[in-house]
Amino acid sequence: MTDATVAEAPAAPSTRSAGRFLYISGVVLLCAWVLVPIYFLLVNTLSSPDTVNSFPKPLFPEFDFGSLAFFAQFAGMLTALKNSVLTAGMTMIMSILIGAPAGYALSRFDFRGKELFRLLILLTRAFPLPLLALPLAVMFIQTGLDDTTFGLALVHTTLAIPFAVLITFSLFSGIPLELEEAAWTLGCTRLTAFTKVVLPLILPGITASAIFAFVISWNEVFAAAVLTIENRTLTAFLLQNLDTSPLHLKFAGGFILVVPALIFIFAVRKYLFAMWGIANR
Amino acid sequence: MSLHFKLAGAVSGIALALSAGVAQAEILFWSTQAKPVEEAQAMREQVLAGFEDAVDYQPNDAGPWLTRLSAEIQSGTGTIGLLGALHGDFSAMDPGTLVDLGDTGTMSASDTFNSLAKLGTDSMQYMPWMQASYIMAANREALQYLPEGADIDALTYDQLIAWTANVHAAEGEPKFGFPAGPKGLKHRFFQGYLYPSYTDGVVRTFASDKAVTAWEKFKELWAHTNPGSTNFSFMQEQLLSGDAWIVFDHTSRLANAFNERPDDFVAFPAPAGPEGRGFMPVLAGIAIPETAPDKDTAKALIDYLMQPETQIATLKATNFFPVVDVDLPDDLPPSVKAAGDAVAKMSGSADANPGLLPAGLGDKGGDFNRVFVDSFERIVLAGQPIEAVLQDQKGRLEAIMNETGAPCWAPDAPSDGACPVE
Amino acid sequence: MNARLLPYMLILPVTLFLCLFFLYPFVLVAKQAFTTGAGFTLDNFREVVSYWKFPISLKNTLLLAAAVVPIQLALSLLMATMVTRMEKGRDLVLYVWTIPLGISDLAAGLIWLAIFEQSGFLNSMMHGMGIVDKPANLLTFQNPGLVFVAIALAEIWRATAIMLVILVAGIGLIPKEYYEAAEVFGASPWKRFVRITLPMLRPSLQTALVLRVIMAFEVFAVVAALGGTLFPVLMGETYAYQFDLLNSGAAAAMALVILAISIAATLVILRALRVPKGATI
Repeated sequence: MTDATVAEAPAAPSTRSAGRFLYISGVVLLCAWVLVPIYFLLVNTLSSPDTVNSFPKPLFPEFDFGSLAFFAQFAGMLTALKNSVLTAGMTMIMSILIGAPAGYALSRFDFRGKELFRLLILLTRAFPLPLLALPLAVMFIQTGLDDTTFGLALVHTTLAIPFAVLITFSLFSGIPLELEEAAWTLGCTRLTAFTKVVLPLILPGITASAIFAFVISWNEVFAAAVLTIENRTLTAFLLQNLDTSPLHLKFAGGFILVVPALIFIFAVRKYLFAMWGIANR
Repeated sequence: MSLHFKLAGAVSGIALALSAGVAQAEILFWSTQAKPVEEAQAMREQVLAGFEDAVDYQPNDAGPWLTRLSAEIQSGTGTIGLLGALHGDFSAMDPGTLVDLGDTGTMSASDTFNSLAKLGTDSMQYMPWMQASYIMAANREALQYLPEGADIDALTYDQLIAWTANVHAAEGEPKFGFPAGPKGLKHRFFQGYLYPSYTDGVVRTFASDKAVTAWEKFKELWAHTNPGSTNFSFMQEQLLSGDAWIVFDHTSRLANAFNERPDDFVAFPAPAGPEGRGFMPVLAGIAIPETAPDKDTAKALIDYLMQPETQIATLKATNFFPVVDVDLPDDLPPSVKAAGDAVAKMSGSADANPGLLPAGLGDKGGDFNRVFVDSFERIVLAGQPIEAVLQDQKGRLEAIMNETGAPCWAPDAPSDGACPVE
Repeated sequence: MNARLLPYMLILPVTLFLCLFFLYPFVLVAKQAFTTGAGFTLDNFREVVSYWKFPISLKNTLLLAAAVVPIQLALSLLMATMVTRMEKGRDLVLYVWTIPLGISDLAAGLIWLAIFEQSGFLNSMMHGMGIVDKPANLLTFQNPGLVFVAIALAEIWRATAIMLVILVAGIGLIPKEYYEAAEVFGASPWKRFVRITLPMLRPSLQTALVLRVIMAFEVFAVVAALGGTLFPVLMGETYAYQFDLLNSGAAAAMALVILAISIAATLVILRALRVPKGATI
């Protein structure tokens, strides 16, 4: 951590502008660090097979749409896309509806078994899903959940819940209890105090949880490949076969998988910030 | 940003045009083969479209393939109609879970394959479906460095080493490529090529003096091998990029190189050692799980897939060769021609020493491969002494053979009972 | 409503959900780790731990986590502070920084391999600038250090955003008055960061760290793409047992080893960053 980047100290103008310069170049540098690899993916996606295999590689795309066109005529892409969106959407809603109350409970109450409960939440994340897929698949086949986007969303929700619970927990913990108590004394019930005072404050946390849920579901391959047949998700449909495919198709396929997730994050990004800080109350 | 939208437009536009509804009552073909996206597409459009019923062809990684199949078997109800996989995948399965295909009416032209397909039982556990092999391929640029007097179609390992050394010296960097990556088929090279060529065996001779020589030779070859090989799993990529000029791999993992730039590459037989020119086949099969919802349609599909015309279409789609007698047409893709020629030369060579696929190992096939992969990683990558490593790994190999009781297979001399490690 | 029952009501949905979709399959799988045909046994654990690659993969996994997580923590804190004090373009910068969230680990491995491979973008650029005349082989067994750095870079690139999003959501809740007051008293930016931001952010820091550390122990796809066979990690060995050796008992044992490490690390973090029940003013 350099304190220079946390700039705008009330200091001499020269250090201030130097700090400002450092700050801006830091932002630019970090943006480049994130974007350049993505840019390379784009270059390779828009290059002909020959160029993808060539050396040295061009640093600018030649706008060859051949690889993308291949996927466009790949049977079943649109159905798979629809399934992916459906599954991710359900995962998002379920994980927040189920997870947020638990996050609230964790932050506001001391209760017996709290540590155990917290450990259960974390265990979920610490055990590899591919090993759990077999008993899950048996269960799903027996109960008829097999090969449905809803069934898959249930599994993805399991993966997303730790994020939903812990993120909402940490945000609730950041909101002073006194704030809620003040609302109670002003005539709010526990519920209305929650919906009117607390909920708006943790909107960023809900958004973060939603992003995680969406992205986790969107990118999950293994359970999707095992638990869906006719209703394959895009990832199961494409990604698991990409590694054996020729290079140019690998990149184009990878690119196609990335775009929808980026659009989603773009759509919800602004809710990541607290709409009004506690400061403005 | 406008670029994004153009792309998205292009993609979704064409995708919309093709959003055909999901057909009902399809038969699900659950396969580990023909995974690359264009091969899968070709399987659907060129091979399976001609079947009377709709076929849902789903290629998968081994993990999901097995997990789904096991789940269906455990729960007793299934959606998978037909399985496509390698010999080794089937031999790891419980024979009771596969339908006996003895009465299907079709069969491969090879008795060896047909008996392999019984997996040690009395019944036909799977139907041999298509075959391939491992061959060598080279960039034409490398040909000028062939050692004096060497015939590319009858190379020895010593000549191969000399050749790769010449290339190394002339180009200043090692240009032999070996599929030693996580998904590379390196173990097949040791089991089917290096060991048979140097020791005339695989199991019996695992820790013999001849095996020590074989590993020494391989280390010599490794000195001229692109050190990035530990990331290589599909040598067509390195052939195309020029990172490797001389490579060894599965015929279908070389196919793209020949199809994209047919004039730049040559395919040729694997080299020979003191005990001949060792090589081994790859055998893929199709089988019906006991849980299949419609066994009659599945059998009809097997029958369809074994037709000569379908087998030729499959060859074009996947670069896997027919297992029935067919007259190959002239309009084959360059990859098929190149690979076919190389395999023919290899099996027709005077010093051919063909090996068989490991049989009788049951679900220990992975452990068997691991013995060879571990030997490679310890001897070659970690630089441990050959004798010590082989003695150590020999214990594991013996345990596997004793546990499974698998008898020897060619080129090892036949055994009574479990194949001994001598 | 009864205040003693309320927390249990709130955690009931998650608990039921996880029991059904996580605990039930988990118990079935964990049972396999302790059986080899007949009766209770620790043979599976003995087998996986005595395998010669186990110490290597354990060391690699821990080393990678130890190298990557602190850097990500620092980087995400830096980015979170930078982005919250931004006036213009805040949405866009944050969006750019969260882009890697949308990229699956498989795709990330693909992208970074395209950068580091012999005929990749890094070599192309060095070639273009005349630093090398031949593409240098970077990811080889001769330079394990470089392989490690490449993997670490790719992991930092891919997974910093996970922490960033959690921290950004948390930082928004810190009352601005605190900073204003501190400024009045002439506290330097660094002091304000250490005395206000860090303590107030503790719940979010805890969550971000716990989630990130658990995922660090499960690292696999990026490592496999860049390290090939050179950099075995615990998760890769687990998958090898399950899908190559078809030894689900050993695979389950490996997974439990990872789980144990994750729990141990989690407990340490939870202790170190204890969160009080609701923030106090």
